Amino acid sequence: MAETVKDIRETGEERQERPRKTYAPAVDIIETNNNILVIADMPGVDEKSVDITLEKNLLTIYGMIDTSISSDLEGSLSEYGIGDYQRIFSLTDVVDRDNIKATVKDGVLKLVLPKAENLRTRRIEVTGAA
Amino acid sequence: MLLREIERELEKWGILRDPFKEFNRMNLELVGNLYPERGEFPPVNMWKNEEKVVISTELPGIDPAGVDLSVTGKALTIKFERKPEELKEGEIYTIKERWYGGFSRTIELPFNVETDRVEAKYRKGVLSIELLRAENEKPKKITVSSE
Repeated sequence: MAETVKDIRETGEERQERPRKTYAPAVDIIETNNNILVIADMPGVDEKSVDITLEKNLLTIYGMIDTSISSDLEGSLSEYGIGDYQRIFSLTDVVDRDNIKATVKDGVLKLVLPKAENLRTRRIEVTGAA
Repeated sequence: MLLREIERELEKWGILRDPFKEFNRMNLELVGNLYPERGEFPPVNMWKNEEKVVISTELPGIDPAGVDLSVTGKALTIKFERKPEELKEGEIYTIKERWYGGFSRTIELPFNVETDRVEAKYRKGVLSIELLRAENEKPKKITVSSE
């Protein structure tokens, strides 16, 4: 199947230019009859700190994290890094760009990319010949 | 593949692999390559001072009511589950990287804690647990008086 949403990995050099650490969130992409669903794990992000941009065919997901912790505590175990999230996908023309919807709940971003009208799966009724 | 062949050879000679290593490897396969350097899931961060310890872990998209926390002595156990998306007919995954299933992890705390005063919060997909150091374990200042 042709990929409608393609993952674009950033190179290490591009990442280093940023002042803050960024991580690529884990995503699931589900294709339904009418939509393409992008689900991304972005713990620490809410609807105010997520930024979604579509420039030409590049869809960028960016999530900002508040990294501050109480100063009277000292770190004693650090198994995961905390930083912003970024992931870029390239979209093909099959997506209806004007009707992309996004929601964030419990650190999970859900993006609904509707398929362009003419590409939706249609059920074709088969009728018996009279 | 080559590594596995060598391991198989070693097994033939009676040099068995560490069973926990094997378990961790399987666990890693389940979790994916998010945390390739560790088998422990979920990864946690811990902060402390003389009075308390704070543990945080990233569990996006879980139902906090289904999280099971238990504390005994110096051990904290976190149990939780994340259910996969329910796909209807005709829906397919094109990319599947997120973790699913039930997990449990026990973390060793730096000191004994007050087991009835555990505070857990779930916010924006991050679970943080604050535990107070047991009263009888807190360091005491002893003043020296001169005679």
